[in-house]
Amino acid sequence: MASKVISTTIRRALTKPHGAVSRRHHLSTAAAAATTSTATAVDSYADESIMMKGVRISGRPLYLDMQATTPVDPRVYDAMAPYLLQNYGNPHSRTHLYGWEAENAIEIARIQVAKLIGASPKEIIFMSGATEANNHAVKGVMHFYKKKHVITTQTEHKCVLDSCRHLQQEGFEITYLPVKTDGLVDLDMLREAIRPDTGLVSIMAVNNEIGVVQPMEEIGRICKEHKIPFHTDAAQAIGKIPVDVDKWNVSVMSMSAHKIYGPKGVGALYERRRPKIRLEPLINGGGQERGQRSGTLPTHQIVGFGAACDIAMKEMEYDEKWIKGLQERLLNGIREKLDGVVVNGSMESRYAGNLNLSFAYVEGESLLMGLKEVAVSSGSACTSASLEPSYVLRALGVDEDMAHTSIRFGIGRFTTEEEIDRAIELTVKQVEKLREMSPLYEMVKEGIDIKNIQWSQH
Amino acid sequence: MMLKQAAKKALGLTSRQSTPWPVGISRFYHENVIDHYDNPRNVGSFDKNDPNVGTGLVGAPACGDVMKLQIKVDDKTGQIVDARFKTFGCGSAIASSSVATEWVKGKAMEDVLTIKNTEIAKHLSLPPVKLHCSMLAEDAIKAAVKDYKEKRLKTNDATAAGETAHA
Repeated sequence: MASKVISTTIRRALTKPHGAVSRRHHLSTAAAAATTSTATAVDSYADESIMMKGVRISGRPLYLDMQATTPVDPRVYDAMAPYLLQNYGNPHSRTHLYGWEAENAIEIARIQVAKLIGASPKEIIFMSGATEANNHAVKGVMHFYKKKHVITTQTEHKCVLDSCRHLQQEGFEITYLPVKTDGLVDLDMLREAIRPDTGLVSIMAVNNEIGVVQPMEEIGRICKEHKIPFHTDAAQAIGKIPVDVDKWNVSVMSMSAHKIYGPKGVGALYERRRPKIRLEPLINGGGQERGQRSGTLPTHQIVGFGAACDIAMKEMEYDEKWIKGLQERLLNGIREKLDGVVVNGSMESRYAGNLNLSFAYVEGESLLMGLKEVAVSSGSACTSASLEPSYVLRALGVDEDMAHTSIRFGIGRFTTEEEIDRAIELTVKQVEKLREMSPLYEMVKEGIDIKNIQWSQH
Repeated sequence: MMLKQAAKKALGLTSRQSTPWPVGISRFYHENVIDHYDNPRNVGSFDKNDPNVGTGLVGAPACGDVMKLQIKVDDKTGQIVDARFKTFGCGSAIASSSVATEWVKGKAMEDVLTIKNTEIAKHLSLPPVKLHCSMLAEDAIKAAVKDYKEKRLKTNDATAAGETAHA
């Protein structure tokens, strides 16, 4: 009886609202958010509604923050479940079936990850995520080879920059390369920055904030010429753009599962075998993961990562087409109704799922506060404790006032056209409202050049 | 029945599960900030060349905050009869200026100079990182009053000069 009740409830829950709708609709949140938050709607949905930024909305906000994280693909979830419930063995147990099947699953996942990036499975070291991999790559390589100098860029992810700062305190020297106004590295400046004691070049493949894709093959070639190990943070790149470790000539590469519809808490580091790159071990212990990172591997997480890589590889072309279409729809939709909208970062060398926009004369944080039914992120770090605008946008040379006005829209595999349309509608409405309230917009309309005004700096 | 409830709960189907954060972002913003942000009072502009209008423009776009606050003064009584604002800035900056316009309306010009940023900050429960928004609002009030007084002085001088010329 008990099990019957549970199973009916589960079945009802799984079939109720969705029926025969496609996978994409199944995960979409647009339908919920699209119902307006008028008083009557709120009342009839009283049970389902949630408070968001001070206003009651009738469903969860629609999610356009795919650079922060992505939902787990149901197919990934299906692959993971057995390793939590039945096949729960410790993959390092050598004496029984439970251990063997777990180890087997991990090795299959290792092949799936390796295949996505054109590597050998023996070159994949599983880690907790890209942050750990970046830390390990930057510090591990430098500690092992005892060279003095690292080259990186000003627009790297915080975890690379912070690792570099840590090395600086230990006495290493770091060159933080500036980027061009489109966010790309100047290859001549990279060449000039190389010194005889340069021990590592670390440049990310796809930027997390602005989505620009660096010229990886060229950077790899320069590193090869000078025989310098090349590390890249590919957390935002794998599964989204074609990645080939040989074409890019990377020595170490960081990866993450939860950016490609896999679970959080797992990632990997690619470590080249020929020529062999060596790193100081991250965690000492039982010698798992080639002695680099000891500790029991989380089987289900790794299986999920592998499945996510497998799906991403098979569907990359399809995803790209879909996401590119939505990106164009979003940009055109906004530009049709608003002027003064600037795309931050190169439009040509860019991953389509990232659209970082500046809305002139509107402050980013206030725009975020108004977008109650859209989950997006501000390029500016205003929402955190600091009031500084984004360091990435400043590195691009974006005017400080424009750097305060940016919003990052992240589009993914499960984003729907309805969600994009709703996001356009809400964004346009909010920007218009805030511009009506903006003294800068008023001045510009009166023909005053706000750059010529003597502002009282605070 | 209990079992059914438990199964539902596990699947996140109960209403409590679907509203895990009843306060939403108000963990960061006080309800007064949200109220003033969603329904800002006195948004707009007066003609800045009107002799009865004082305009205060403070802040800088590079800092992410610009506040324009205008007061309309009854030149006989010295009372502020109306106020308007326009603000480029975060939700707290918008709310601070909205509160400022409400507080100056109907007050004598000399009285509004005593409005302190700490009072605005307290009313909106601004966190430490947002205190500059309330300071900006205080500055805007002072700047508007100063602008009005300077304008008055000029027109008074002009009329005085005109009178002497006639005599």
